[in-house]
Amino acid sequence: MPSGRQPFFRTYVFSLDHKVIGIQYAITGLLFLLFGFSLMMIMRYQLAYPMTPVPFIGGMLSQANASGGILLPEFYNQLGAMHGTVMVFLGVVPLAIGGFGNYLIPLQIGAADMAFPKLNLMSYWVYAVGGLIMIATFFVPGGAAQSGWTSYPPLSVIASGGQTWWLVGMVFLITSSTLGSINFIVTIVQLRAPGLTWMRLPFFVWAQFAAAFLLLLAFPPLEAAGVLQLMDRVAGTSFFLPSGLVVAGQAVTSMSGTAEGTLASGGGNPLLWQHLFWFLAHPEVYVLILPAMGIVGEIIANNTRRPLWGYRGMVYSVGFLAFMSMVVWAHHMYITGMGTTLAAFFQTTTMIISVPSIVILTSLLMTLWGASIRFTTPMLFALAFLPMFGIGGLTGLPLGLAPSDIHLHDTYYVIGHFHYVVAPGTIFALFAGIYYWFPKATGRRMNDLLGRIHFWGSLVCMNVIFMPMFIQGLGGMNRRLYDGGMQFQHNADLLKWNVVIGIAAWTMGLFQVPFIINFFTSIRWGAPASANPWDATTLEWATTSPPPHHNFDTPPSVYRAAYEYSVPGAERDFSPQFEPERG
Amino acid sequence: MQIPYTTEARPDTGLYNAKLGIWLFLASEVMLFAGLFSSYILLRTGAVEWPHHVLPVGMATANTALLITSSMTMVMAWEALKTNNWSRHRACLGLTVALGVIFLLIKFVEYQEHIAAGELPSRNTFFALYYTLTAVHALHIVGGLVVMLYLLGPGAKLWAEQPVQFTNRVESTGLYWHFVDFVWILLFPLLYLL
Repeated sequence: MPSGRQPFFRTYVFSLDHKVIGIQYAITGLLFLLFGFSLMMIMRYQLAYPMTPVPFIGGMLSQANASGGILLPEFYNQLGAMHGTVMVFLGVVPLAIGGFGNYLIPLQIGAADMAFPKLNLMSYWVYAVGGLIMIATFFVPGGAAQSGWTSYPPLSVIASGGQTWWLVGMVFLITSSTLGSINFIVTIVQLRAPGLTWMRLPFFVWAQFAAAFLLLLAFPPLEAAGVLQLMDRVAGTSFFLPSGLVVAGQAVTSMSGTAEGTLASGGGNPLLWQHLFWFLAHPEVYVLILPAMGIVGEIIANNTRRPLWGYRGMVYSVGFLAFMSMVVWAHHMYITGMGTTLAAFFQTTTMIISVPSIVILTSLLMTLWGASIRFTTPMLFALAFLPMFGIGGLTGLPLGLAPSDIHLHDTYYVIGHFHYVVAPGTIFALFAGIYYWFPKATGRRMNDLLGRIHFWGSLVCMNVIFMPMFIQGLGGMNRRLYDGGMQFQHNADLLKWNVVIGIAAWTMGLFQVPFIINFFTSIRWGAPASANPWDATTLEWATTSPPPHHNFDTPPSVYRAAYEYSVPGAERDFSPQFEPERG
Repeated sequence: MQIPYTTEARPDTGLYNAKLGIWLFLASEVMLFAGLFSSYILLRTGAVEWPHHVLPVGMATANTALLITSSMTMVMAWEALKTNNWSRHRACLGLTVALGVIFLLIKFVEYQEHIAAGELPSRNTFFALYYTLTAVHALHIVGGLVVMLYLLGPGAKLWAEQPVQFTNRVESTGLYWHFVDFVWILLFPLLYLL
């Protein structure tokens, strides 16, 4: 039954349709990614050419942020803190979970919508408000949060202005992701089509399922920590401020207990914040990577025309990964003096967690083995994901072991490591997903030539940006330094790389232009796509492109596993899940 | 467009959607309070000295009794729907709201006494924890009361059209209410007695 014409606001702004909400999430997420990347392009100018006015936009920044076009240290810190916050909480997660998860989960499990459409609408708008609060902090007195995306106390507690709003923004984002993850889990458990047993689920759905559990269970402790830090900032408590703290020659806390005004009472523990923060933030890393693995799995199976090698092993690995990610958090804290017993525990769990990641990566590589690969644009991005994520993962091992981490901690080596995981790793997977499912969402294909320019340009630039960071970090160059650390002699030979990295970063900005053009022109002028343009097997290809509001005109039934490609004796090289067996 | 399993249970999982949803929500709430309670433990074990018996045990005991009673009336409100006894449902749910409101009033008096004595959150870590933990809990009480008032007011119309769905809503609200009650049962000894 046709759903009938709805007014504009109901259709595009406050829609209950998971596909519209998914696209809202995806576009908002992409805009935030661009914004977060722009912040970094400004910072990279200061690092490449310290104390010189930033061209073009330097004059547009206020004198309070950049005097004469030269970035001030406080503003540099704001850009750094907000780059991390925007990229992780407002860009990648909303695109990977809110965008891809929302759009694809109901389609891939053969459901008409999410289990709670109104909750879905609410989680998008709570996220949007949280994002706006975060951006608006640039305009409050004292500027945006400047204590890093980790907001370590005591600096974050005594920092000016924007930090309070950063905390308020986080409460919104956490509320949004809690609502969203409940919705995802209930949808996957309750609304699977007839015949879609657990081991027939597409790998992408499994990855989203595990990520939803992480969001559900790991985010609330950060919410608790956020409330405590808010109390420290506005009510003068000292959850995170130790007694006798002196900053810049001024006593911050008094032991008397008769605190008045903002004077803190002392007795707090800054490490408490680190524990609560990383209890979220390490699982958060897997929230970033799991959907990426899911997307890559779908695309590799489709473009190798083979079932995923070791599907069951991959599914169990995803579950094990999600569980283990909750017990590795303190490997971010080896230099806090935690003692060898505790360090031994976290080193062990950290080594264990690398095993399921390697199982998944190896399974994906084994799927490629001996296949006749279709090098489509989404496949290029998916293939690049494998070595890029591999580099990111392997460079993480020395950070997971305390003896090597103590040398590498807080250097550019760490930056290189996690960016290899998230930037050419997760973000490449997200691009792959956009190119792959764009025909489903719009009914049109994206341009292949522009896609290839985007891919090769980004791949080269990504490596020129992040590979030198390993050299800098191994040489001992610290992160978060306004001028890159010019006053340190050991940096003398390392600083020249900042020019290389800067030029590569701005060039990569240019290579995103073909993508932006491609994205918007293809909506209107792309080559028309059929219901199943890639000859794929999962349920989202059973319906029209784009699907109607209720997704499927006849609710589908599932007859086989998710990736029955090249079945011996079959007429075609793909046997969709929604087609009954012959005979 | 109809989403399946909004009222009836899915045969292979044995759950309707909202029931699974509320349990997942409670799991996230457990983690929220786990974060707060861990903070309490870490700060208390690291403290040089810790104040004892500075809070009014009498008022807190009364509040504990009130919340436990309200959990009971909540179950009775749900049971009344199962046995089709509408007026008893209204009475029990109304009683639950009343008990929740009295809880908040007592809490308010307690806060006022401390504030009047100059015992603000910034006094020391104990009072910082006391205010934060009880305020987060009180916010949960307020949230529960808003939902119950909705079920007593505009939400009650659903009973005539969709009795099963309305009963499910009361059940989900009850699960949440019992959880909030349970948190208080942990807070009471941690803050007032130990």
